Amino acid sequence: MARRDRLSGNEAVSEALRQINPDVMPAFPITPSTEIPQYFSKFVANGQVDTEFIPVESEHSAMSAAIGAEAAGARTLSATSSCGMAYMWEELYIAASNRLPIALALVNRALSGPININCDHSDSMGARDAGWIQIYAENNQEAYDNMVQAFRIAEHKDVRLPIMICQDGFITSHAVENITLLEDEEVKNFVGEYHPEHYMLNPEETMAVGPYSVTNYYMEAKRAQAEGLHNAKRVVKEVADEFAKLSGRQYGWFEEYCMEDAEYAMVLIGSAAGTAKDAVDKLRAEGKKVGLIKIRMFRPFPAAEIAEALKNVKAVALMDRTESYNDHGGPIGAEVMAALYRAKATCEAVNYVYGLGGRDVRVEHIEGVFAELEKAAAEGTDSTYRYMGLRE
Amino acid sequence: MATDMSKINETCSWKDLTEGMQVYEGGTSAQFHTGEWTAVKPEFDAEKCTQCLLCVPVCPDSAIPVSDYKRGDFDYDHCKGCGICVMACKPGAITMKGVKK
Repeated sequence: MARRDRLSGNEAVSEALRQINPDVMPAFPITPSTEIPQYFSKFVANGQVDTEFIPVESEHSAMSAAIGAEAAGARTLSATSSCGMAYMWEELYIAASNRLPIALALVNRALSGPININCDHSDSMGARDAGWIQIYAENNQEAYDNMVQAFRIAEHKDVRLPIMICQDGFITSHAVENITLLEDEEVKNFVGEYHPEHYMLNPEETMAVGPYSVTNYYMEAKRAQAEGLHNAKRVVKEVADEFAKLSGRQYGWFEEYCMEDAEYAMVLIGSAAGTAKDAVDKLRAEGKKVGLIKIRMFRPFPAAEIAEALKNVKAVALMDRTESYNDHGGPIGAEVMAALYRAKATCEAVNYVYGLGGRDVRVEHIEGVFAELEKAAAEGTDSTYRYMGLRE
Repeated sequence: MATDMSKINETCSWKDLTEGMQVYEGGTSAQFHTGEWTAVKPEFDAEKCTQCLLCVPVCPDSAIPVSDYKRGDFDYDHCKGCGICVMACKPGAITMKGVKK
């Protein structure tokens, strides 16, 4: 039996964590993710979960403690944002290379500077090649649903990699929405108990984690790790299908919205997809063939499938909520354009940087992008990298 | 299941490595002669040694073997030449090029 509630994104993720009842949570507060450890530590204090909550002195320590706990055999997670994730940088790679299925509830926030506490994706996009699985949410419901699925994906024997469950700072983390929650027992049964094959607290087995790999082994180690991320693609889909049977809500690698006959499309991630769907509805009512693809799984990147979904469009806008400082484009732009090239696509592709530091994304902005796409398809374009919502 | 470390070598495929390069076995350092990493080694003068054994616990690589409460010569297969033992040796029974007391 599902139950209805009104929760912010941070409350929704905390509620999922209460239902999962993980073993260890080391965390350090940083806006806008602070509420997650705050709400969760209340569950700990009230005896509603059995979790060992570690109030560490920094995010560097938070991820270090998570690595130790996960290696010991404990189901572990942390939460952070922005500079907090930046301070975990070294450990992000260690968690992934040691094949430790830690979950990180990431509330996306701009990186300094200038210092800013609002949403963009520069934190997680900066860490996109750290070896973590990355799943993004459009709204509070998705943030909750993704968190419930996180450990099933990360801990799968063919994957064994850490996972970031991302949502947009303030836009979803602090805004309250009506959402549907699963019953505690349903989540408990869906997630299951954690029984790693190897763990350091096993008295029957001697084990060393994180040994030095000389040049003769390092490259093979990296290739072996990449196989786990490759397998994650299949597992993300399998877990989503199983979750759909339980919840009635179907997820995949990405969502296609009005793409069947779309001539102009937009590819984006996160909460802006909600606004963009409104714009698509409005333009569809005017007879324009527009659609969008909302990426849910950015790592591993479903390149061939996205190229396939875009095969009939005349022009596509690739929307990056981060400035990549390469004078060329953003991460979504780079990934999708590479996918299109490999698929020998001939559509125009324009990369937009938008929504930095919490800059509003409005329906009229999105309409403007679709208008520019029509122009690009008709006349071509020499500018494949531009901004949306910037004062020129 | 313990890893058979002898099957992991410089010719094996990436598919044969353990997950995350984890080692499911104890005492495997005996198989790896990390002492090859250094060019300088401490030298042990048994006549000057008083068998105080203060050098033993400070050795980061357990490269000073002890039996019957007496230390023997260095295990050069695992000594990395850090020189800490030179500093710990009061009677001056351990010397190493480049280390001044």
